Amino acid sequence: MSDPLFEFLCRMGDNTLVLGHRVSEWCGTAPVLEEDIALANTALDLIGQTTLWLNLAGEVEGRGRDADALAFRRDVWDFRNLFLVEQPNGDFGQTMMRQFLFDSWHRLYLTGLTESSDARISAIAEKSLKEVSYHLDRATDTVIGLGDGTEESHARMQAALDRLWPFVGEMFAGDAVDAALARQGTAPDPAKLRSGFDEQVGKVLAEATLVRPDSDFAHKGGKTGTRHSEHLGHMLAQMQWLQRAYPDATW
Amino acid sequence: MQNEWPLWEVFIRGQHGLSHRHVGSLHAADAEGAIKNARDVYTRRNEGVSIWVVEASAIAASSPDEKGPLYEPSNDKIYRHPTFYDIPDDAGAM
Repeated sequence: MSDPLFEFLCRMGDNTLVLGHRVSEWCGTAPVLEEDIALANTALDLIGQTTLWLNLAGEVEGRGRDADALAFRRDVWDFRNLFLVEQPNGDFGQTMMRQFLFDSWHRLYLTGLTESSDARISAIAEKSLKEVSYHLDRATDTVIGLGDGTEESHARMQAALDRLWPFVGEMFAGDAVDAALARQGTAPDPAKLRSGFDEQVGKVLAEATLVRPDSDFAHKGGKTGTRHSEHLGHMLAQMQWLQRAYPDATW
Repeated sequence: MQNEWPLWEVFIRGQHGLSHRHVGSLHAADAEGAIKNARDVYTRRNEGVSIWVVEASAIAASSPDEKGPLYEPSNDKIYRHPTFYDIPDDAGAM
């Protein structure tokens, strides 16, 4: 196993990088202007967080790689993001459901990280938490509005939830990296966050008149890097082509 | 069925501004959504410390056609315009 701290920082940075890129794909094509700008803001927040996490990862690694090198010069098998965030946008409802599920976990995890024994990590968590609380607020309103909306919006939100639920479990599945960090007080044990997540998400789903799927089957392997879905490679090809075609390009 | 969200007028109090200023308008399903949208559309560069939104249909406005009757009568009453006072330099901008 490589250095657990480096692994952890890549996981944090890759989550925000991949989701940030996904959300940015809406730029110019969102259903209404207001959502378009709001989604672009969310994407920019996430990319900003990525810079902080991956720069720290590079520093910890000590091989001279910075955030750009990690974001644009690694291939798909080196990515450590959750399965959930690499899922395609689908329709607007599916994008907002993905955002809601991720934000709900992200806010809990970042809240835990503000207590980290590592001051560099608690500082990043503190800053990110303000942004993420707003993302969650917005996503919650949309999930409720569309879930408890028209017949069509309700059906689409339920379909989005059914489709994305199998990616929820991975957020709470700990491994050796998580255990090592929890022992040092660097990061919370993800399994311990599940009950808070279930309670909070349950409330919103009830208000949105959506039904939580029965099965808690979970796809795993994204954050450990064992495997990713086919979608990530396609996304990285789009995201990385410029740095791949013109290494060290500046403008 | 109505497919368009209602229109909202947005007012923002700037960092050092004393009163809320009209900055533009946007669409949203309800007041809370309008404030969130205003936050994203109009305060991206830290423009404000307070946001007001009001549904555009709730604003009563004067008609441009009545400009004459409304405003012209004050033009020939020069004593209403404080143009006859010398303002000492020390007083600064009034």
